[in-house]
Amino acid sequence: MSLHFIQEPLDHTPPAIAPTQPVTLHINGEDHTIQIAPWTSLLDALREYLDLTGTKKGCDHGQCGACTVLMDGKRINSCLALATVYQGKQITTIEGLGGEDDLSPLQQAFIDHDAFQCGYCTPGQICSAQGLINEGRAKTEDEVRELMSGNLCRCGAYTNILSAVMEVLHDGQVVVDNGTLVTIPMQPTQSSSVN
Amino acid sequence: MSQTIATPPTVRLDSDVIGKPISRPEGAAKVSGAAKYAAEYNVPNLWYGYIVDSPIAKGKILKIDVDAVLALPGVKQVFTHENVPSFAWFDRSYKDDVAPGGSPFRPLHEPEIMFSQQPVALVVAETFELARYAASILRIDYEVDENFNTDLEKARAAGKGFDAPKGKTGFLPPPKPKGDAEGAFKAAPHQVTGEYTHHAQHHNPMEMFATTVEWLGDGKKMNIYDKTQGAPNVQQYLRKIFSLSKEEARVVSKFTGGAFGAGLRPQHQVFMAVMAALELEHSVRVSMTRQQMFSMGHRPHTIQDIKLASDEQGYLQSLQHTAFAETSQFEDETETVVNWSGILYKCDNSKFGYELAKIDVDTPADMRAPGAATGSFAIECAVDELSYKAGVDPLEFRLLNYTYSDPTENKPFSSKRLIDCYHEGAKRFGWEQRNPEPRSMREGNMLVGWGMGTGCWDASMQKAAAKASLSADGKLTVHSATNDQGAGTYVIMTQIAAQTLGLPLDQVTFVLGDTNLPEAPLQGGSWTAASVGSAVQATCQEVGKKLLKLAQKMDNSPLDGVAFEDVQFADGHMRANEDITKSVAITEVLATSGEAAVEAESSAQPNPINMLKYSMHSHNAAFVEVKVDEDLGTIHVTRVVNAVAAGRILNPKTARSQVLGGTVWGISMALMEEAYLDNNLGRYMNHNYAEYHVPVNADIHKIDVIFVEEEDDHVNPLGVKGVGEIGMLGVAAAIANAVYHATGKRVRDLPLTIDKLL
Repeated sequence: MSLHFIQEPLDHTPPAIAPTQPVTLHINGEDHTIQIAPWTSLLDALREYLDLTGTKKGCDHGQCGACTVLMDGKRINSCLALATVYQGKQITTIEGLGGEDDLSPLQQAFIDHDAFQCGYCTPGQICSAQGLINEGRAKTEDEVRELMSGNLCRCGAYTNILSAVMEVLHDGQVVVDNGTLVTIPMQPTQSSSVN
Repeated sequence: MSQTIATPPTVRLDSDVIGKPISRPEGAAKVSGAAKYAAEYNVPNLWYGYIVDSPIAKGKILKIDVDAVLALPGVKQVFTHENVPSFAWFDRSYKDDVAPGGSPFRPLHEPEIMFSQQPVALVVAETFELARYAASILRIDYEVDENFNTDLEKARAAGKGFDAPKGKTGFLPPPKPKGDAEGAFKAAPHQVTGEYTHHAQHHNPMEMFATTVEWLGDGKKMNIYDKTQGAPNVQQYLRKIFSLSKEEARVVSKFTGGAFGAGLRPQHQVFMAVMAALELEHSVRVSMTRQQMFSMGHRPHTIQDIKLASDEQGYLQSLQHTAFAETSQFEDETETVVNWSGILYKCDNSKFGYELAKIDVDTPADMRAPGAATGSFAIECAVDELSYKAGVDPLEFRLLNYTYSDPTENKPFSSKRLIDCYHEGAKRFGWEQRNPEPRSMREGNMLVGWGMGTGCWDASMQKAAAKASLSADGKLTVHSATNDQGAGTYVIMTQIAAQTLGLPLDQVTFVLGDTNLPEAPLQGGSWTAASVGSAVQATCQEVGKKLLKLAQKMDNSPLDGVAFEDVQFADGHMRANEDITKSVAITEVLATSGEAAVEAESSAQPNPINMLKYSMHSHNAAFVEVKVDEDLGTIHVTRVVNAVAAGRILNPKTARSQVLGGTVWGISMALMEEAYLDNNLGRYMNHNYAEYHVPVNADIHKIDVIFVEEEDDHVNPLGVKGVGEIGMLGVAAAIANAVYHATGKRVRDLPLTIDKLL
């Protein structure tokens, strides 16, 4: 005897699509106003509406860290963030950390240490590492490993990611001043790239 | 005096870039977010397709209620088997370059459901959010057929196995039997019989499969930005199904966010995106969700039986290795699983077998070191077990049974420095300090274990083509339709081109991933360096020959009468080998000639004579330290030394990364990866990135990579063997063997989870 897999009929007409609304996001130092539905994630807002595709979608469920961006300097998963909620916040994406011709020390360290292969998790790793440095918590290799573990890398570049992050940590980017951690500037200047 | 200042004929100036740890030229694009992957081409007027997949494993679609969805403003179409037009009729039109035997899956073709998560509809809408919502309310009724089986053990017990059919590219049937394997086994003093298993594993590259089709509005012309390991394979697949010309179906894949085999065959999202674009005459993007990436191929669940026996000294007397693997109901995916045992060890009495059984899942697919990762796990665990029975150190046991020729083909190896991997790896690891007694090493409450494993992989080469253009300003651009899924194609091709024409690296650009470029094979099998590398070298040599002719037309040419073979290219100059003061700058040649550019196109293919004469393989030896919490059963891989013999290493920086990645994959296979099937539902239950476990940074500790020197004049013109696969081999077995050494427990079923140790 065969069974049927029957879905319950909708008990209502599907709601009209939620109307779009203007949302202004402050990203990498600039305001951007886009017309989006309220259920649009920050990740989709960046990728599909602002062409800021450096922020990657790896799972859309907060499980892989590829979508990591900095929100007022703190790392968050942009796939779990509704864009509209983050109006008025300072959002920094990988594009804001440094461009191809003005790489940040962290970006340069990732190249130098070959801390990526396919490159898809890389912007998330770098934003996460920048957030980690801003937090000032991690000092040892074990701490960095642990606190970088929200970012999956399927190519398995973990040991090189660790080396890259440690290099920047040890380059005086995190300074203990009278026992206080001094965070590095969020947006590196043109001259800060290491060659 | 004049004799002493004469330049020796052997002086060679070298651009010296091959073999150097050069950083990836695409690195800045990747770390700054500028590198565009398939779902990131934001072409104008883009619509979004969202895939709906089946909740049942077997049955039939009864009814699809599209009206409620189509009523939503902004929804453009719902594609299902009911309204997708008929395309090509024959199965062969759906076969891609690496399709196994059988009948390929045709998306949205018929109401029958053959596996859980089978795509059944595509909803296209103006925005991604709308397409996702519309897909969520699409009502589909199914008739469920409960007569399905997704349990390989059950299929085996029911005698459903059949000999794996030949035919898939790269698949080798098991080697022929030798001697009297069973008789020798019975007569031998030391015997091991073991069943070794791993379950389904999913590739899960970080980038999800996606296709953006840019509708160009001129007939059926499209730019198809696809996630793939080979744009040409996708193009030929699409052309056959949709009757498109090469100009109409241009496939582009500049960056591939990992694939590991998942991108060898065209996946269903590219079919859907192109179908929707053709039907709607509009640009369309289709991305899979992470969950949907568990419906497009996996390393097949495989059960292996091994019988090994040795004499008193540890010399192998009998080697028997059979594998029993799953495939789908509609295709016969085959891997080379058992052959590696026969290639690695010398044994006069051997027997091999490989069977498949059909279960109700999607067709498995090649996944990093397909077959070899599976086979190497089983044979290397069994060898460790037998070495203990024979009372011989596991490394010594492997040295006793070392072979200098390939026993399965009775041919010499083109080169094999595995012995150096053993010695250098063991030395770096400190193997000689190992106390062989299980549970003999301890650090606090942690049991310490040291284990080893080894592996080999084909050093193969495919036909590939390239073209090159050297412009008057001395800038060289080389093109080939190959791929870079992270392996380092961009950098090694740049190095080969720069070295061949003696140009600085920053003057050379390598362009890949576009079907408008000369054809290259899929990126897989560790053959890109050999195949495309040889084509790039040959093409640049053609440019060099043309340059020499132009140079010889110059007034008072210093290279007058010099043959191409007697010319060297370095520092932007051509020089005569016999007297390097006879020199001319390449830019000067171009300027004098008045040519805007010198161009050439060429190809390379494997040497059939060498292939007949030699067995060509890379090898490795992995040494692993584990620490096992005696109370909790948690396993930590604290140290790995992976020694690799893979011919010439073009770039030790990126090659090392390949081996690091392979090692991480070995750790992952040993300790974490398993897609859990609920056989009542016929469905992978942990189909997401949180519950399908892969290592995170905290799981990975010290990994030491050694490349031993290995020269090989026979394997290909560059002497390279490829490193994409080899680093993964032996690692999972080394971990299982180390766990035995630490705990005294043999676990033969991967992954090695806590429950199996306690």
